[in-house]
Amino acid sequence: MLEKALSGDKRYWTWIAFLLLVIGVGTLAYLKQYNEGLGITGLSRDVTWGFYIAQLTFLVGVAASAVMVVLPYYLHNFKAFGKITILGEFLAIASVIMCMTFVFVDLGQPTRMVNMFLYPSLNSVLFWDSVVLSVYLLLNLLISWVMLGAEKKDIAPPKWIKPLIYLSIPWAVSIHTVTAFLYSGLAARPFWLSAVIAPRFLASAFAAGPALLIIICMLLRKLTKFDAGDKAIDKLAVIMTYAMSINIFLILMELFTALYSGIPEHISHFEYLFLGIGDKTALVPWMWFSIFLAIVSLIILHFPKLRANYNLLALGSVAVFFSIWIDKGMGMVVTGFVPNPLGIVTEYLPTLPEVLITIGIYALGALIVTGLYKIALAVKEKAA
Amino acid sequence: MAVDRRKFLKAAGLVAFGVAASPLTSAAQEVDSLNLIKPEELLQEKPLTAKRWAMVIDLKKCLDHENVKDCAKACHEEHNVPFFDNPKDEIKWIWDEEFHNAFHEANHEHIAEKYHHIKVPVLCNHCDNPPCVRVCPTQATWRREKDGIVMMDWHRCIGCRYCIVACPYGSRSFNWRDPRPHIEKINENFPRRMRGVVEKCTFCEERLAKGQIPACVEVAKNDAIVFGDLEDPNSKVRELLRERFSLRRKAALGTQPEVYYLV
Repeated sequence: MLEKALSGDKRYWTWIAFLLLVIGVGTLAYLKQYNEGLGITGLSRDVTWGFYIAQLTFLVGVAASAVMVVLPYYLHNFKAFGKITILGEFLAIASVIMCMTFVFVDLGQPTRMVNMFLYPSLNSVLFWDSVVLSVYLLLNLLISWVMLGAEKKDIAPPKWIKPLIYLSIPWAVSIHTVTAFLYSGLAARPFWLSAVIAPRFLASAFAAGPALLIIICMLLRKLTKFDAGDKAIDKLAVIMTYAMSINIFLILMELFTALYSGIPEHISHFEYLFLGIGDKTALVPWMWFSIFLAIVSLIILHFPKLRANYNLLALGSVAVFFSIWIDKGMGMVVTGFVPNPLGIVTEYLPTLPEVLITIGIYALGALIVTGLYKIALAVKEKAA
Repeated sequence: MAVDRRKFLKAAGLVAFGVAASPLTSAAQEVDSLNLIKPEELLQEKPLTAKRWAMVIDLKKCLDHENVKDCAKACHEEHNVPFFDNPKDEIKWIWDEEFHNAFHEANHEHIAEKYHHIKVPVLCNHCDNPPCVRVCPTQATWRREKDGIVMMDWHRCIGCRYCIVACPYGSRSFNWRDPRPHIEKINENFPRRMRGVVEKCTFCEERLAKGQIPACVEVAKNDAIVFGDLEDPNSKVRELLRERFSLRRKAALGTQPEVYYLV
């Protein structure tokens, strides 16, 4: 089936060439980082994780959100999702690969990465995170390939794949729960020491993932002959609406607990995030922009009449996606470090090489998605 | 390491050379004539041992800022800790901190004036329940069962920095850049690190193995820092803890730090 990704019109190849160019720039930036060390990033002794780990956290969510099309289709027999389950699974594959690449570029000694499996530490959540992510990647590769292969040959998929599909559902939940545990079990970081981190991650994932799928479905409608169907898009919009509402609800819960309890160590992080501490206000405009986007999206999504207008729905989806990208990425990760455990405020902003590497990895993800979608759409076109 | 590495390598090299250069039958003779260091000579310094090493720092004696600075200097010179002139890339094993930063919860508005003048030496607490060890994905940092020292393997560390994230004391540093050009005076008897790994205080385990007390303890004047076995009721550290009121940093987190501060 892979050969189907190798035939396309001029527009397709221009897009591929563009992505390769961006990946090339990112690779050059990475080589600089590889040669000079992580010192070329904005990271410091106080803020040790930043833009890369923020992307990892956000993208694990996008990967997990495939379950929002898989579950209704396979468990509730929601037929309208039949056409797009493969899009969800392929998006998950690209997202997991991006996640792994982000972990890789964040390492100080990337060539020693295998030590994680040579000397596994069962106490380490990071070890488990790499295990669950790897298995999730394999599950999605296998399931999507077998299902698409069956569709291509117009035969029923083999029976043994069903249990694996069912397994992939809780597994999707597990990858994001384990990612949340990276943060929520650390006594050193009061900002993350919260039981709602995992539920919040899941809620935001199930909003941002479907938002991206809606945007993708709309783009495919415009650019290709593939039509996901209004019914599928409308359902995704409903899922996104509930998930985003729950996400905002959980964020408000965090705020209540921190502010009402009045514990200075808990308040100070939120203070930094929303108001800034002294003249240290790097994240403040971003956070308020995220809040603004969240409000815009909630207004659009909560009125069925507005939501039914696909231009507004597209706007709402973009708003959800970027609101969560800010809040769950930089907002969540960086604020955990500010102030540091000694109460000292050190700010962080990514540097140019860091941004270029990040964009390069997103381009890699886009390349994988493009190739895989090309295959899926070609198979579906032939079958139809 | 009880055996001095240079001496050992020198001896080993000469042995290898001797064996290679002469027929086996005469090898023994050759070696004998090389005037080699005998193993018992190498082991003459008796290592210092304890069931659980602990440190007691007297805050009253930390009003002498030079004293605290000297401790840090001695440590950093001993361990080839690089000097970076910016807080971003900074690496420190032991350093001085304001009282209100080291002890948030003990500080208040009307605290005695002298606490504003204290420079608290802070370092790795060698916790009994170390969060950094728990999170390390490669077992590159671990708590040594025999004496409680939290160790670090710079050759296994992959540089994920999860340990830095988990440490409630900010005691760990990461080599953001190649440290070697930034070492002011190289100590040939201690390894240098490479870029991309985490490092921290090791209670001078390499000195303990040679029968020496930690560098900071040795340099500190007026017994400002006392080092000893917490499990030994007759040790100096136990005596001080019996007699004086002491604090530990963020004791409420349950990490069981083994650095005590006398108030």
